[in-house]
Amino acid sequence: MPQNLLTIFDKDRSNLIKAIQHVQKEEGFISNDQIINLADYFEIPLVDVEGVITFYTQFKRTKPGKFIVHVCDGTACHIKGSERIANWISEILGIADGETDAKGLFSLETVACLGCCSLAPVIAVNGKVYGNLDRKQLRKILHTYQQEAKK
Amino acid sequence: MINRIKIGTGSCGIAAGADEVLTFFQSNIKDIDIVEVGCIGHCYAEPLVEVETDNGSIFFSNVKANDASLQNILELGEKDRLTFSKVRKDKELVKVSKLAGRINPVSLEEYKANHGYEALTKALEMTPTDVVDQVKIGGLRGRGGGGFPTAMKWSFLAKHETGEKVLICNADEGDPGAFMDRSLMESIPHLVMEGMLIAAHATGATQIFIYARAEYPLAIRNLKIAIEQLQNEKLHIMDGREIQIVVKEGAGAFVCGEETAMIHSLEGYRGIPRFRPPFPTDSGYKGYPSLINNVETFASVPVLIREGGEEYAKVGTEGSKGTKLFALAGDLAFSGIIEVPMGITIGEVVYELGGAEKGSVKAVQIGGPSGGCIPEEHFDTPIDYDSLGKLGAIMGSGGLIVIGKQRCIVETARYFLDFTSRESCGKCTFCRVGNIRLLERLEKITSGNGSEQDLAFLEDMGPKIIKGSLCGLGKSAPNPVLSTLRFFRDEYLEHVNDKKCRALECKNLVNVEIDKEICIECGACIKTCPVNAISDDYVVDNTVCTRCNSCIEICPKKCISRTLGGNNE
Repeated sequence: MPQNLLTIFDKDRSNLIKAIQHVQKEEGFISNDQIINLADYFEIPLVDVEGVITFYTQFKRTKPGKFIVHVCDGTACHIKGSERIANWISEILGIADGETDAKGLFSLETVACLGCCSLAPVIAVNGKVYGNLDRKQLRKILHTYQQEAKK
Repeated sequence: MINRIKIGTGSCGIAAGADEVLTFFQSNIKDIDIVEVGCIGHCYAEPLVEVETDNGSIFFSNVKANDASLQNILELGEKDRLTFSKVRKDKELVKVSKLAGRINPVSLEEYKANHGYEALTKALEMTPTDVVDQVKIGGLRGRGGGGFPTAMKWSFLAKHETGEKVLICNADEGDPGAFMDRSLMESIPHLVMEGMLIAAHATGATQIFIYARAEYPLAIRNLKIAIEQLQNEKLHIMDGREIQIVVKEGAGAFVCGEETAMIHSLEGYRGIPRFRPPFPTDSGYKGYPSLINNVETFASVPVLIREGGEEYAKVGTEGSKGTKLFALAGDLAFSGIIEVPMGITIGEVVYELGGAEKGSVKAVQIGGPSGGCIPEEHFDTPIDYDSLGKLGAIMGSGGLIVIGKQRCIVETARYFLDFTSRESCGKCTFCRVGNIRLLERLEKITSGNGSEQDLAFLEDMGPKIIKGSLCGLGKSAPNPVLSTLRFFRDEYLEHVNDKKCRALECKNLVNVEIDKEICIECGACIKTCPVNAISDDYVVDNTVCTRCNSCIEICPKKCISRTLGGNNE
């Protein structure tokens, strides 16, 4: 297990969240082994690390898919029909909110606000934002990624 | 003739395709400077290109990454030209966001050439007490939501004479529907930094934290570049001390906007608020006296100092001075960011600046999930801290969502409660459990199973949650429900008594029907329906239909629609 992921951090507790973010950036999620590493490194109980991880929505305990689809459910998107968008994505990809498909290709997550309210409704795939969506565009976008996933 | 071309590459611009436009322009234009700028607030027109000519600037909206669009711009063609409406010029008062989208966000030279850091120089020539006094005379109040007088907060920190003092910038803009802070940080990071440095001088702070949302990568990047630049110029060394500046990324928890929760999060703990006192200005980050202000508050400081408190206070109402940024979104024509003097009416913002059609608006939601819904009949209310409070709303950080007549108000309240109940940290029972109970009742109502007893429950439980919660999240979570119940009771009653959703939004209270008179039997709806609810003779089986709207969107003749119905049939 790459303990050295953490050595760039000062052992002060105030660096814990930054360290977890770093681990997630490198590995995509926080494994049990990494929780042990983090607890050892910062010399705090395992439960403290787990407690922080479960508190913040950014942190994931399971490996996400190759493409993470974020559906914005901010206020503006919501009133412009983000629920429908989420349902359509579920239907097309065959996964529910918070799930990853069996092949590990797509993850679907509803998020609070991507800050692009004027383009509502929006989704983001691996950080790339698509706005002013309707069903047709959505299918096209997802299809492109499905093709890419096959490669 | 063309001196420079500016392309807006804020988050909104990029989402609309500004990146492609930028790359395309860069590879096809050789002899003209192309600059990336932030956001000028006209998000509805993105991607936006500004062409600087000898005779002033020309703006082009909805620019595409193709030859036609490029040629049109190079020839200064008439197509896609964006002219700013007179009303925006008349009603807006752009002071804080003046440079947003006008300068290269990560160019210290450009910022300086536009009076940048002049306010800091001026402040450093004044005593810290004088700076606090100017802010007091200017009447600046916290722009993050609460509206606490900024000068008073500063003086609480300044009164500690020795030792470490911490300044924290709340850049955890978690309200869904608010994006002013993002725009300021992306477009003019130096302005935010200048405000913080002035505050550091005024309060004697030794350490600066910027707690920014991780969802705002561009804002974080630009802030970090700005910090490096100001450190190279040694602007962070003042009054004989070197100020530490650190950007900390939040990890996604709405409650961290609360002061004490944010401090816990900075310390590496779960972001759970604690009882006050002691107030952070006495004991905050790691026990040091700490002060938290919002991004927009800090960004307003250089403006105030530069023009002086007296001048600053000339704008606004008696209790609310200066200008305020609002993020407009929802059912209106011109979504984006506006900066207006305090005291402008809601109606002026919604109809004139936002371009919403008269008669099409049901309400506005001000202050995000913690705010309230204000109905059209109160649109003559001036926007200031006190007037909004009287209507059961709050200024909040400045998210302003226009809710059109076609939206269901009960569903809107349910949505906000769904958000806050999930974001409750769990510390206070009333917030943790009470909000879930409210949500359950609202779900009961929107699914057509509600009764008047449920309304009575909402009205009884709401105030109890407000009373029984420690922090702003719990204290304001029932606001959307209580304010909609107050102003739109008839819609609630329709849901519970007539099992009717006039907006046709609540799934269980609507049917989907095909108008056979118009239908051309093309088969598109049958093909697209995910649950095979449409028969070969074009009849929707509403017991199977999930109301996903796929057929409605795909129908070329627009002959499929939602109708009143559902449970009551």
